[in-house]
Amino acid sequence: MSAILPRRRSRRRIAGRVGWNALGLLVFAVMVFPVYWMISTSFKTGQNILRDTPQWFPSPATLANYRDAMDRPYFWDNVKNSVIIVCCVVGISLVLAFLAALALAKFSFYGRGAFIVLIIAVQMVPLNALIIPLYISLSRADQLNKLSGVIVTYLTFVLPFTVWTLRGFVMGVPRELEEAAMVDGSTRLGAFTRILLPLVAPGLVATSIFAFIQAWNEFLIAYVFLNDQEKQTLTVWLASFTTSRGTDWGPLMAGATLTALPVVVFFVLVHRKIAFGLTAGAVRG
Amino acid sequence: MSTGPGGETGFPALTAAAAEAAIPRRRRRVTRHAVARTLAPYALIAPTALAIGAVLGYPLYLLGRLSLQQFGLAELILQEGPWIGFDNYTRLFHDRQFWTVLLRTFVFTFVNVGLTMVLGTLIALLLTRLGSFMRLLLTTGLVLVWATPVVVAVNIFRWMVDFEFGVLNWTLTELHLGDFLNKDWFADPTTGFAVITALIVWGAIPFVTIMLYAGFSQVPEELVEAASIDGANGWRVFRDITFPLLKPLFVILITLSIIWDFQVFNQIWLIRDGEPEEDYWLMSVYSFVEAFRLGEYGFGAAIAVVMVGVMFAATFVYIRQMIRIGETR
Repeated sequence: MSAILPRRRSRRRIAGRVGWNALGLLVFAVMVFPVYWMISTSFKTGQNILRDTPQWFPSPATLANYRDAMDRPYFWDNVKNSVIIVCCVVGISLVLAFLAALALAKFSFYGRGAFIVLIIAVQMVPLNALIIPLYISLSRADQLNKLSGVIVTYLTFVLPFTVWTLRGFVMGVPRELEEAAMVDGSTRLGAFTRILLPLVAPGLVATSIFAFIQAWNEFLIAYVFLNDQEKQTLTVWLASFTTSRGTDWGPLMAGATLTALPVVVFFVLVHRKIAFGLTAGAVRG
Repeated sequence: MSTGPGGETGFPALTAAAAEAAIPRRRRRVTRHAVARTLAPYALIAPTALAIGAVLGYPLYLLGRLSLQQFGLAELILQEGPWIGFDNYTRLFHDRQFWTVLLRTFVFTFVNVGLTMVLGTLIALLLTRLGSFMRLLLTTGLVLVWATPVVVAVNIFRWMVDFEFGVLNWTLTELHLGDFLNKDWFADPTTGFAVITALIVWGAIPFVTIMLYAGFSQVPEELVEAASIDGANGWRVFRDITFPLLKPLFVILITLSIIWDFQVFNQIWLIRDGEPEEDYWLMSVYSFVEAFRLGEYGFGAAIAVVMVGVMFAATFVYIRQMIRIGETR
């Protein structure tokens, strides 16, 4: 009897496992389906897209939609704009946020509390509510229809979060490590570059991804502030597929795939690296 | 990264405190360190503080100012509008449309945040029960959805619910759930908002799920085991152990969701091709249309001020909690 009981229980447990995994597969299918549908549509021929019965797999597969999307006016201009904006926002925000994070994590100073309140409260300000005064101040500063105006705006909206996250990462580095390096005869700069910087690196990567995604995906500011088509970004470019005659679904899905690709690749590649503990292996126990 | 003789980057100066105690003779250098240590943090936060002040602080002030002015297209060119006191607000509060839109936005936010949190929690709990392969697969899928830009997601959903060739109408008809052939989901705002809600919840689930899963895996197993031995079922374990332990995380996630869903703009704007009907207006759309379509910047600013006010009230608890975290550590 006592020998049978655990076996029975484990069989029940296995049955449960299978059930949960089946449910997991279903959830996976539902969540991923829209993305799959975009990619699959982008490879279909025009006839197979506009069919009464949907075609589940693209056959014959074609690259015509991609060619069509890339041949559209201003595609390459807009790719270039998106890349310039993202690079500037990520680079500048990382440097500024790292400096501020050092101040918050390593010093106690008068006004620290106020600065923290500012950083947190500012994240509550809805961007969509500020679009009117931003538009008016940028027009006064002659920054409308210029990439620089958009870069500065994105930068500010990314900064509070990056400061807050980096502060956590900097604090995660044990002080003993730096002190030990100094005792071992390292200079201050040495302790900084050899101890702090490598340990904070995952945090810098995580934060830069956040800034990257924010800047790449943003729509409203680019849509309102950049008037000329050659000045716009990829997310605004995507809206140009819908005309009064209807929507060109094939090329639109190809364009959407191209727009999502850099973010998705970047995100999925680095996502697991972020999960590594900050000081994994550096200090045990 | 500059490290001057005084150590502007600061943190190594902390060790100077140790030196101070050990070598009292070098007092002069210590005072130099002390000065640098007092000034360094201000130098470090200055660029960020300036940027935030210029691009967030000033516009916020300007927003309040505009809402008290008669500010239309002519004033945009003149760069200054006449003061009209609270006229914009009086007009707003006497506008029936404002109350309709405000109520609609509240209901919309409530439904979206609720669905996001419930589904996100359920999927996170499911993740804890999956085998390692299935867990990796589902997590990867979630990350894929998370990374999908909103603008792209809107276009996918627009295509899926297309009245002629959309995959949704075909599937629902095939499942014998009724005749959905050539059904235009946006003809009726209720079904239209159902599509928009699906789009927003779909996009928001991954973040909530992954954060909660990370939280669940930090709940000590001994606690859960002890409760199970005492005869508690899954629901009791969640209610009495997991949820109370992770309450701060839930508060943060709910607050962030409220912030995001209360100011939804892109999804509505793009799914209606940049011309949303009045039945689809939420606060942000209302404000945007008044300002940029009708040229009533002052009136639009008043609507935005109300938005900011509601948002601060709704997120007050969260801000207080975050500040406490920031100060004690």
